[in-house]
Amino acid sequence: MSAGLRVLVGCKRVIDYAVKIRVRPDATGVVTEGVKHSMNPFDEIAVEEAIRMREKQLAADILAFNCGSPKGQDVLRVALAMGADRAIQVEVDDPISQKLEPLHVAELLEKIVKEEKIDLVLLGKQAIDNDAVQTGQILAARLGWPQATYASKITKDGNSLIVVREIDGGSSTVKVKLPAVVTVDLRLNQPRYATLPNIMKVRFVEKSLGAKKKPLNVKKLSDFGVELTPHIEILKVEDPPVRVPGIKVDSVETLVAKLKEKGVLPSKK
Amino acid sequence: MIRVPGVRSRLILSTLRRFGSSLVIVEHNNSNVEPITLHAISAASKLGSVSCLVGGFRCSAVAEEVTKLAGVTKVLITDEQCLENSVAEKITPLVLSAQSKLGASHIVVGSSTFGRDFLPRVAAKLNTSPINDVIAILSEDTFQRPIYAGNAVVTLKSLDPIRCLTVRGTAFPPTTLSDGATAPIESFPLPGADALGSEASDLVEFVSVEKHKSDRPELTDASVVVSGGRGMKSGENFELLYQLADKLNAAVGASRAAVDAGFVPNDMQVGQTGKIVAPKLYIAVGISGAIQHLAGMKDSKVIVAINKDPDAPIFQ
Repeated sequence: MSAGLRVLVGCKRVIDYAVKIRVRPDATGVVTEGVKHSMNPFDEIAVEEAIRMREKQLAADILAFNCGSPKGQDVLRVALAMGADRAIQVEVDDPISQKLEPLHVAELLEKIVKEEKIDLVLLGKQAIDNDAVQTGQILAARLGWPQATYASKITKDGNSLIVVREIDGGSSTVKVKLPAVVTVDLRLNQPRYATLPNIMKVRFVEKSLGAKKKPLNVKKLSDFGVELTPHIEILKVEDPPVRVPGIKVDSVETLVAKLKEKGVLPSKK
Repeated sequence: MIRVPGVRSRLILSTLRRFGSSLVIVEHNNSNVEPITLHAISAASKLGSVSCLVGGFRCSAVAEEVTKLAGVTKVLITDEQCLENSVAEKITPLVLSAQSKLGASHIVVGSSTFGRDFLPRVAAKLNTSPINDVIAILSEDTFQRPIYAGNAVVTLKSLDPIRCLTVRGTAFPPTTLSDGATAPIESFPLPGADALGSEASDLVEFVSVEKHKSDRPELTDASVVVSGGRGMKSGENFELLYQLADKLNAAVGASRAAVDAGFVPNDMQVGQTGKIVAPKLYIAVGISGAIQHLAGMKDSKVIVAINKDPDAPIFQ
């Protein structure tokens, strides 16, 4: 692997983190039509880390991956504009993409890793829509590779990566042999913005600019021989219980009195 | 909690009692059980008999402690140096081996960074879809979990024969000490290197761990939590919150803004990507109340917001 790592980064398209989601009245899911979507924030961090690895001459090739509705190509274009070399989308019809489980995505990623001779997979630690925190670990298990989850610092040491992980109560450091799967946490880096010339390079073949359009391959599940056997059936999606509206108090004394009344202030000594 | 009326419910209940058995993976620091495990055991008790697996090094005190907990019928202990600092690659084959020995229908662990790290790896080896952050167990195969930072709750049915769950601690009461009876302890061997499709143990090497010291109660287990946000302006000003917290015997939390600004270490972060808390009283000081922060504390019984912006979302 002296020539540099071949890196695969996952780029999920999710409802933008700032959007207040609405549950469908028929309880089948959340409203996605006409709602702003963007790249999962953790995946942006993964893309950024891959690019920084190339800038340090550690990565030789960066392949961005998305699986889902055709609109997922938008997040891949963002990844390309940020600096990924090429992209692959596995297109799935919208209704079916709702039923994709981390297990399915990991199965697909496994095939791509093998086909593309990938050395390092960088994924977000979780997607902010289903909050599953699973795909990276499942992929590592399927490949029989080591995993380093919740990474906040990654350095290369020979044929291994030294990864600082954010855990409850502090941090831990592990050394994983390459090839490996690493899932990234918020504090790993600050993702860059895609610049306009770079966005142009992704969107158009601009011979006059001397830029070559970056390749974005669109594939189907059947191209990889992956079938979606459901392991989970979604029965319903509902709003969480609503809180009773609160009151505003105008002094500290009233606040403390109210809390004592409620019995939530520990009465000690 | 099975809500099927009449005869069928008794039938299902008795079936559960006879066939349901779960394996709880005990989270510990080699001398004490982590509190989240007590919540995991009480969740697992809803699924039938509970066996516990303690994997670690010089961890017999942990196993002893677990035998005294209500609902636990058996404790397996694997005491090996390689398990001293639990890495997923080494726990996974052990959990698989214990599941297969016991024929457990459910593998359950608390939804901490520990549980969420290795459980999907276990599930993958069993070719089942793991279910993360369960907040309600409706039957042996039907569960509820929050999605979209807690802004929706999904009810789902697992179609797999073996179910791997991480459970949200705050959604289940902790189990208590049993009245007298203790569960038997059984020494459980580490599976051989070639067993279970072999997880080559040299793939990963544990280097170090750094824990932030605190004398205050654990954030996830405290009955009162005082949290500060960007409005605290500096790390020094958190001293005010520490003083208040000490008066209330409270834990101190923070918003992502406070962590990113370097006021406090990141394991104090409450929210979608930090810790989930549900204390009796949550006091949010200088926190606007972004969706991602609310995800970590909106199940608190009473929430007090101290903020000079009357339009801050936290007031809603």
